[in-house]
Amino acid sequence: MPTVYASTLIPASIERVWTTIRDFNALPTWHPLIAQSRIEGYKTVDQVGCIRAFRLKDGDSIREQLLALSDFEYSLTYSILESPMPVTNYLARIQLMPLTDSNSTFAEWSAEFSCPSDQTTTLVELVEKRVFQGGLTALKERFGG
Amino acid sequence: MIKLFRSTVIDAPIADVWKILRDFNGHHKWHPAISHSYIEDEKSADQIGAIRNFTLANGGAVRERLLSLSDEDYSFRYEIVESDLPISNYRAKVQLKPITDNNQTFWIWSSSFETSPEQETEITQSISKEIYEAGFQSIRDKLSKDHRSFNAVSTHQIPNESILKAKEMVISHFGGPEVFFEKDIEIPPPRSGQVRIRQLAIGVNYIDIYCRNGSFDFIDVPAVLGFEAAGEVDMVGDGVTQFYPGQRVAYACPPPGAYASARNMNASSLVLLPEQVSIELAAGALLKGMTTEILLHRVHRLQPGQTILVYAPAGGVGHLLCQWATHIGATVIGCTSSREKIEIAKKAGCHHVIVPGATGIVSQIHELTDGRGVDVILDGVGKDSFHHSIKSLGKGGHLICYGQASGRINNWDLNQAKPKSITISSPYFYDYIDSPESLKAVSDNLFQAINQGVINVELKHKYPLVDVAKAHRLLEGRQSTGSIILSSDKVVES
Repeated sequence: MPTVYASTLIPASIERVWTTIRDFNALPTWHPLIAQSRIEGYKTVDQVGCIRAFRLKDGDSIREQLLALSDFEYSLTYSILESPMPVTNYLARIQLMPLTDSNSTFAEWSAEFSCPSDQTTTLVELVEKRVFQGGLTALKERFGG
Repeated sequence: MIKLFRSTVIDAPIADVWKILRDFNGHHKWHPAISHSYIEDEKSADQIGAIRNFTLANGGAVRERLLSLSDEDYSFRYEIVESDLPISNYRAKVQLKPITDNNQTFWIWSSSFETSPEQETEITQSISKEIYEAGFQSIRDKLSKDHRSFNAVSTHQIPNESILKAKEMVISHFGGPEVFFEKDIEIPPPRSGQVRIRQLAIGVNYIDIYCRNGSFDFIDVPAVLGFEAAGEVDMVGDGVTQFYPGQRVAYACPPPGAYASARNMNASSLVLLPEQVSIELAAGALLKGMTTEILLHRVHRLQPGQTILVYAPAGGVGHLLCQWATHIGATVIGCTSSREKIEIAKKAGCHHVIVPGATGIVSQIHELTDGRGVDVILDGVGKDSFHHSIKSLGKGGHLICYGQASGRINNWDLNQAKPKSITISSPYFYDYIDSPESLKAVSDNLFQAINQGVINVELKHKYPLVDVAKAHRLLEGRQSTGSIILSSDKVVES
């Protein structure tokens, strides 16, 4: 089962970074690949089980479900329900941790999923570099990094 | 309960930081608060439960027990067993995480403990400043010093100290064992995704002879042969996070080039050796052992009660096949060309051993199976045995042609497989270990079989690397049993 991992340092306090990350409907405000997002049904963004349906800038649509959210550990976990990618059992997690010797935050984004073996390299590259590392870089720049 | 949490960023790759921190008995080498350390009861520093006994710089003493250690997520936990400090139930964790966009390392040092309310402030300050933050700073200083001396050598060419001098055995043209000659080489630092290995033991396999004499279209001369070796990680390239220097690793895969005292290999081809498996054993067992595992568990899933015919039961792979198949609960028939090898085959677990002679293989098999034929045949012989094999199979039987020692099987009519609905497999070993996951699954299963005594790999023949010609003569003479390995002493660095 492929696993992907990306991380970065963000020059802002963990509370500020977390406020941006914890909003499950806010991807278009900081992720460069995402155009639009909405929460399905009448759920709130911090209701575990809620589903976000978003559209990528290239026109594709993805639905993801919030599986866990912790203000205590600064982490959230979600799964993909539908996407144009040939992945199954996709489980991803974002985790923040404070740096105690500077006013910065360590952010990591990881996932594991199943896919046809001949697609592994392409999908790992896409998810790890473009989606995760690309997203973290945008987040870092948003906070002046 | 008090909880402490301190974190920092170290400007070095995670493998470099982890190499220092992982040594549970090495903290006195870098931490200013500790002047001496030893591990009690002669345990090793990475043995869970090991107790380190510190003498502190201020004269005090602390004993700490290792509770967990993970090379997979770069962390360890420990607890204080005894100390002069007014604290109890102290448990701490050291955790590293890679920062993937700049190759730095995020380091967390956290703990929980109890103390009296009057002493809480002082103790909390003391541990977080004098232990955690002072530790962060010493590692930062130590690594930047190492880094500066590394850069000082040259900014234009590879620094001398990162080149490893080694020896390799080259063939200049195809031919007999006399074609080998010795060559001094310099191994550059590993490229991205690679690992540089000091190869302390090298496996010699029959496929190496086919490469040497040119009967296998696998190499262009001049070339270095060999598909199997084991040793220690010397250096890792960019992006390699699963290995670090000093670890014991092995591989069994193309490209050829194992006959050398050091080599760069792709990290994805390497397996980490468990503690119980020695470097020499790994070099003698990995290729034949993984072949055996794949044949009996993946190409065919052998079931208890099945009858299996194994050619050359005293040979390298044959010997392991017989042992493992017996353990699974199959009835094993060995077929050997010489009477002297009957005993070896029986010792490997063969229930019956046949020697083709006046009565051929087929009639002996039919006699032993009451005319039914066998369920599975593992045939590494090829041309000479193929037709006997087809006739010896029972209904729905499976012929696995995993080698062609006697030559290629040509011009065969597929309709001959029909009357008994037989299956013929022609497996390519490396297809079964071409991803890190599958390589790990196969090698884990092999190491478990070795540890549990399911198979016994005999290391009877060991030659120095420079005497590889002698090893080839022995193997080619078909007089050897068990594995042949070459040993290479550690080469002195420049």
